[in-house]
Amino acid sequence: MGNQNDAPIYEALQALKINKVVPFDVPGHKRGRGNPELTEFLGEKCLSVDVNSMKPLDNLCHPTSVIKYAEELAAEAFGAAHSFFMVGGTTSAVQTMVLSTVKKGDKIILPRNVHQSVINALVLCGAVPVYINPQADPRLGIALGMSVSDVRRTINENPDAKAVFVNNPTYYGICSDLVNITKLAHENGMKMLVDEAHGTHFYFGEDMPVSAMAAGADMAAVSMHKSGGSLTQSSILLCGKNTNADYVRQIINLTQTTSGSYLLLSSLDISRRNLALNGKQTFEKVKRFAEYARSEIREIGGYYAYSRELVNHDSIFDFDMTKLSVNTLGIGLAGIEVYDLLRDEYDIQIEFGDIGNILAYISVGDKTKNVERLISSLAEIKRKYGREKQPPLSSEYLTPCVEMSPQTAFYAEKESKELSQCENEICCEFVMCYPPGIPILAPGERITKSIIDHITYAKEKGCLLTGPQSMDVSRLNVYKGGK
Amino acid sequence: MEDLWFSEYHTKNVKLSIRVSSQLHHEESDYQSISVYDSPEFGRFLALDGIMMLTEKDEFIYHEMITHVPMAANPNIKNILIIGAGDGGVLRELSKYKSIEHIDLVEIDERVIEVCKEFLPKTACGFDNEKAAVHIADGLKFIRHIENKYDLIIVDSTDPSGPGEVLFTKEFYGNCFKALTDNGIMVNQHESPFYNDDAMAMKRAHRCIVQSFPYARVYQAHIPTYPSGHWLFGFASKKHYSVEKIDFEAWKSLGIETKYYTPNLHKGAFYIPRYVEEMLKEDE
Repeated sequence: MGNQNDAPIYEALQALKINKVVPFDVPGHKRGRGNPELTEFLGEKCLSVDVNSMKPLDNLCHPTSVIKYAEELAAEAFGAAHSFFMVGGTTSAVQTMVLSTVKKGDKIILPRNVHQSVINALVLCGAVPVYINPQADPRLGIALGMSVSDVRRTINENPDAKAVFVNNPTYYGICSDLVNITKLAHENGMKMLVDEAHGTHFYFGEDMPVSAMAAGADMAAVSMHKSGGSLTQSSILLCGKNTNADYVRQIINLTQTTSGSYLLLSSLDISRRNLALNGKQTFEKVKRFAEYARSEIREIGGYYAYSRELVNHDSIFDFDMTKLSVNTLGIGLAGIEVYDLLRDEYDIQIEFGDIGNILAYISVGDKTKNVERLISSLAEIKRKYGREKQPPLSSEYLTPCVEMSPQTAFYAEKESKELSQCENEICCEFVMCYPPGIPILAPGERITKSIIDHITYAKEKGCLLTGPQSMDVSRLNVYKGGK
Repeated sequence: MEDLWFSEYHTKNVKLSIRVSSQLHHEESDYQSISVYDSPEFGRFLALDGIMMLTEKDEFIYHEMITHVPMAANPNIKNILIIGAGDGGVLRELSKYKSIEHIDLVEIDERVIEVCKEFLPKTACGFDNEKAAVHIADGLKFIRHIENKYDLIIVDSTDPSGPGEVLFTKEFYGNCFKALTDNGIMVNQHESPFYNDDAMAMKRAHRCIVQSFPYARVYQAHIPTYPSGHWLFGFASKKHYSVEKIDFEAWKSLGIETKYYTPNLHKGAFYIPRYVEEMLKEDE
């Protein structure tokens, strides 16, 4: 058992400073002295711990001392068998889960609204995706969790699949039935992987939805830099007791930098300690802020700040109360319009707006007065810009038609065609659409007429389309040599 | 007397110092630090987060100008909301008007009121006003729930750096607009045009008010202990109150005693320096 009051990486860096070790190693800025402008901007304290791996500081690729202990403390705090500090964002944690579980030709079951990093990992390893249509809420126009019966059916249809992958919670705070999905996966000899990017607080707060490790999942990717308070790009990968952590480390080292940033590592270490010691009170406060804002926003009228009342014990198994998701269609404005108004007219930047919703990210860093500003601005937006209530938009789910593995398609010989000429071709690249952030096409999928129509429509509406080499998505790279 | 001085930085390079004879009080409230000092030149004075809010010697200027200007502009004001003003000075001036029916005063920090009642009776006597109801609340939250109720809103805030920050936002001014009646007027502490940082806050406030009200002007006063001494107030309304058309005879007939305010000064206060006019024009 470790002591959660310890912060070994942080302490080792402090010792390094006190000992005034003379640097004749990289980084070349030498504690900032070689780059006064940068030091002035970021601060001397920050630059003085931007150091290279060395004996007293351990080595991220092969941890044996302070990093090892810090990872053990994190594993313990999260109730995991093993943890890895990641410096390539949660993207790297998600990709490690995929790469260490499936290989070329293996099947992996996943919801269509996975993060792009998951499908990118499939391009790297050659596994084949089996998509589950996430249930959608017609009133809110958001993708929900995975229904247990959908998972069961998909497992029965694909008994050879190696893993089930779940997003939990979603960006909007929607949770799936992790315990039963994990049970199903394990009963069928499949690994259970969880993208828990938005769920760090599930491990520390009270009365929270169940966390991946508590549900018995094999691996989980936790964005410490979201609700956990660490620096952007730092993340933690958690492993359950039946995962071979040494193999996972090898997979991580395939792509991870050998110069892991000690700014990121120490931020993980300090944040873990803070969560372990103060997490409960912290997230109580966040929950109170979110609950208060929800009740005040509901009082404005028109807006729908949703919460646990949505729970249907299946596709919405639970709801993350720290999330402040608000449907805006009741005041006649699209979420993206409210998002823009808040920023342009009221100097308030929120996390995102989609067709029908906005999400304001509430955290321990918030102040009461800023929460009041957000609520009052929403009241003003309704008063000044509100229109007739808009009918909810049915978000059409385009069933993907997977013809070959993303890897085969991505690396295949391809030709570029006008979008309108792509019907029936096999796509060799991604088309992502923001909002809502669900892929329209992934490499290896058949391009149908309705997909082309959807892309054209999304472009007209001003959605941001990303992925293809042709940045305005006027052309697509398609599989050469046959339909 | 010992050589004790209270200094306030007006910019990074300019400070005003007042010799202090004693510190009467200091505390950290939930919102800010609250101090009261006594001084040979300015009498007692209140500082919040180290910034002078009022001194006994010159507070009359600020309090008269933030109240009598709107009260003279519309003699039919009955229902008033004051935001901030925990020292009681605004209430004291408004007590001079028999025609007022009700006043709500919303102060976020109860400790400011308590400290002023104990150490600054010359302004805190305003709390004796029987028409006034005191609410300890966040001004922005309080006003969010109110529509078409007040004839006058007086925003007596601290600088935008402290708890008063929300009182300089567009959403706050927009909610004030909504809470006012059709003849309603909003008057606010509008910072100073002189030093750069103050001028930025002043311009930002003006921009937000212009976007929320059809009529928005500023007027000025000379307040010795505020940075540069040159201070502005905002005057915003739903209908046009032309200074030239105000019935000052009606105001004079009320027989209200003032030390700074006069009808002539009222008119003159709206004639502002050219550089300030130009600053404001940029945002209109």
